[in-house]
Amino acid sequence: MIARLRRYLPDGKWAVIAPPYFWMLLFFAVPFAIALKISFANIQIAMPPYTSLTEWVGDTLTVKVNVANYLFLLRDSLYFNAYLSSLKIAVIATFFCLLVGYPIAYAISRLPTASRNTALMLVVLPSWTSFLIRIYAWIGILKNNGLLNNFLIWLGVIDEPLQILHTPIAVYIGIVYAYLPFMILPLYTNLVKHDNRLLEAAYDLGCRPWQAFLKVTLPLSKAGIIAGSMLVMIPVVGEFVIPELMGGADTLMIGRVLWQEFFNNRDWPVASAVAIVMLILLIVPIMIFHHYQSKELEGRLT
Amino acid sequence: MTAPLVMPEVITGLSILLLFVAMGDTFGLFQERGVMTIWIAHVTFCVAFVTVVISSRLGELDKSLEEAAMDLGANRVKVFFLITLPIIAPALASGWLLAFTLSLDDLVISSFVSGPSSTTLPMKVFSSVRMGVSPKINALATLLIAIVSVAAFIGWWLMAREEKQRQRDMQLALQQGG
Repeated sequence: MIARLRRYLPDGKWAVIAPPYFWMLLFFAVPFAIALKISFANIQIAMPPYTSLTEWVGDTLTVKVNVANYLFLLRDSLYFNAYLSSLKIAVIATFFCLLVGYPIAYAISRLPTASRNTALMLVVLPSWTSFLIRIYAWIGILKNNGLLNNFLIWLGVIDEPLQILHTPIAVYIGIVYAYLPFMILPLYTNLVKHDNRLLEAAYDLGCRPWQAFLKVTLPLSKAGIIAGSMLVMIPVVGEFVIPELMGGADTLMIGRVLWQEFFNNRDWPVASAVAIVMLILLIVPIMIFHHYQSKELEGRLT
Repeated sequence: MTAPLVMPEVITGLSILLLFVAMGDTFGLFQERGVMTIWIAHVTFCVAFVTVVISSRLGELDKSLEEAAMDLGANRVKVFFLITLPIIAPALASGWLLAFTLSLDDLVISSFVSGPSSTTLPMKVFSSVRMGVSPKINALATLLIAIVSVAAFIGWWLMAREEKQRQRDMQLALQQGG
């Protein structure tokens, strides 16, 4: 009897796995439900600054669902443009990350085994210093009387300093710089596993190096490319710090809009609606990432 | 478990703050936002990164070692503490280091969940960088870069020494075997 019961009781494994899952459920999944709820509330001057959805008057329960926040997002072109330009910036920055990161990952994976770890360490080493400090350093490089402009003037290439800081170009530079390790590491993990004999076989069969690359290496690294691209693109859509510090006043990104709604306008319901719409936009990429990461990211992220 | 890895920080920060506020309303928890709420939020977003690091190491783990220990009479708990844990110790260390860096460096999530009484270093740095160039930040940057360079150099040196030792041991074992 007890033996039969035990089949239905959770075993020791569950006791180990359950607490972290419960933690993530409580502090990661439930908050989205609450954000969804608050996105249907009204703003009010109080603490917390939103109205309750349900109301008990006498014996009747009234549930008020206010869709005005979402209608507001639809009507005000600021939000639509912000989503669009965030997606655009994310896609273009991811493309450049791939363009820069792929050769680096490829070169590291072809190094002798002993030097690979040193090379990988050099890739992640900058992330150990503060992210804000590195962005601050880029501001110092790109500003009008910064290192880059002074150098170019000294070379005589330009007479007037180029306006780079506070333009979209600065934002692209910042994002590609900051997210490059997230592209290189999954790509490296993939590329390092490739069997060199496949390339040799391709050469034997008469492939030129670039043909062998296009027909063998590139298709084999597809999963790594997707994992790396998602690891860059999804967080960049909601990026706040880089556009705030390096972009101009007109560099529209949705993370910045959400921040302003929350901290400057104190409009929590609209901020929640902005977050929920962003989440809906990102669900498909997150699912693609989840699918590929189980295969690809299992390597090193440190 | 992997969604927090890519979730934009503004979404995570906002929604976990709304959770804290809701809990404060209903249960009277987290009325004072400060160190406690920052801890909880940071644990939540770091867990995914640490999971990836450690699970990849566990995936490479040679199962026969654990099985050998069990054959020799160790129970599961003993196997875990005597065999599994020492083997994955480097992954635990690098997972810890990663979480430490992520937490120390985080601006967005901390800004959402911290109360008026608590500020973190990144929040200070952010507000002064927004104001423009400040010599204080330059000094901080110099300090940070110096510390990280020294730490990285020591780490690299230790790793290189261990690798050499390992190769020497392997050669010794080969010679003795032959």
